[in-house]
Amino acid sequence: MNAPANTTTKLRACRNKARSYTFAIAFNNGETQRSMGQRSAQMGLLALLALLGGQRCVAEPAQVAHIAVAANFAEPIKAIAAELKKTTGHGITVTLGSTGKLYAQIQNGAPFDMLLSADTQTPSKLEKMGLTQPGSRFTYATGKLVLWSANTARVNNQGDVLKLANLGKVAFANPKTAPYGLAAAQVMDKLGLSTVLAPKLVQGESIGQTYTFTATGNADVGFVALSQVLQGGHLKSGSMWVIPRGLYEPIRQDAVVLKRGADNKAALALVQLLKSPPIKDLIRSYGYEL
Amino acid sequence: MFLSAANLQAIALTLQVAALTTFILLILGTPLAWWLARSGTWVSKAVAALVALPLVLPPSVLGFYLLVSMGPQGLLGEWTQALGWGVLPFSFAGLVVGSVFYSLPFMVQPVHNAMQALGERPLEVAATLRASKMDTFFHVVLPLCKPGLITGTIMSFAHTIGEFGVVLMVGGNIPGVTRMVSVQIYDHVEAGEYADAHRLAAVMLVFAFAVLMALNVYNQRSEK
Repeated sequence: MNAPANTTTKLRACRNKARSYTFAIAFNNGETQRSMGQRSAQMGLLALLALLGGQRCVAEPAQVAHIAVAANFAEPIKAIAAELKKTTGHGITVTLGSTGKLYAQIQNGAPFDMLLSADTQTPSKLEKMGLTQPGSRFTYATGKLVLWSANTARVNNQGDVLKLANLGKVAFANPKTAPYGLAAAQVMDKLGLSTVLAPKLVQGESIGQTYTFTATGNADVGFVALSQVLQGGHLKSGSMWVIPRGLYEPIRQDAVVLKRGADNKAALALVQLLKSPPIKDLIRSYGYEL
Repeated sequence: MFLSAANLQAIALTLQVAALTTFILLILGTPLAWWLARSGTWVSKAVAALVALPLVLPPSVLGFYLLVSMGPQGLLGEWTQALGWGVLPFSFAGLVVGSVFYSLPFMVQPVHNAMQALGERPLEVAATLRASKMDTFFHVVLPLCKPGLITGTIMSFAHTIGEFGVVLMVGGNIPGVTRMVSVQIYDHVEAGEYADAHRLAAVMLVFAFAVLMALNVYNQRSEK
């Protein structure tokens, strides 16, 4: 507990120093006699000094990492980001999307430091393309698929609703880009219901949109991630069927540090945190396996 | 084959949605524009602002409201269910309803402008010739506002074809029902199918250019 407090004091000292530089610049600005060129050169120098000073006065300044996160992990990452901020001072910004979308973005140079994918293939593909920090890949969670309805009396623990004649729209995520969508397609296939359900299917572009379609009642039922419907280990609302594991390939979710984040302290701290026992427990509480 | 069967299906669907939307807008938008042009009340000013909203609102706002209001718990949704139509999201009808809202200003504004530019004179002349109000509207106002009506029609049609955000949010991406060209391109890009995306995107580009070019040529000719 000592280390963070120490960092905070240093940070505060640094901030004061920066403030005095700012003051110097402002003061200098007030002198109107000098020529513009001279003044701006001097201001540039002062700003540079302030920067250098800022860098020197704290050994490990808090950094911010940009993290691409598969949509199913939206809830846990919020709690983890708060924990990261509290324990290390580092911050993260989160971009949510389907794994396929994030993959396409990273491939095209999106400025992310790290990817929390919803599968194992995407991080390994990025690795093969040389876009990741070698050896940084690890599994942070294994996801579970559920059939969920916003209606409390709709889904029983056998998923019989899928066979009802009055079944409305069935939402699932785009199987081409969202691993949870692919798993849903496998389930329907294994149950022999693919043809029957085909005219009822609606596709969310990510598991996040799939949840929205179902939560608003526009889709009767939806194949979503267990993590989306749990809160503190209990079903938030509606009714669900936790789909037996034999019906779909395990959704192993890998994280990987990208080339851009190789030296980013916040990204590295996040990796450490994701591997720590308390955070693993937190992840489990959202219905993941580890 | 230059375009895949799925891409051709998306194009056919998009043309259907755009054609039906434009037709509905012509019927709804023309009298609305006439009322806006003739009435100077605060109510009409507020309505004019409402009509213009889709120009400045992000499509996600419209898409979100439509998704919630057309859903089973929403006001529109309860209404359509009571009428036995079910709920509108993820359906062709839902897309058309969304598109009508989304493209409304593209029909109303050009027609409104043309009607305002008309002035009082033609109406007074018609009145002295004892034309009824209906007669004046159909045989004097509409023919004189033809350029505005044509601009509105073309712009509504083209704008509906280019619609993306609303379709993405209320469409549900169903092949042949709600998967319009813009969403199909998005899907191709997301899945890394760049060749398909390129072909379809090129078709859209050529179409959009041709429409704007035709509109310019028409406008220039009607000015002469």
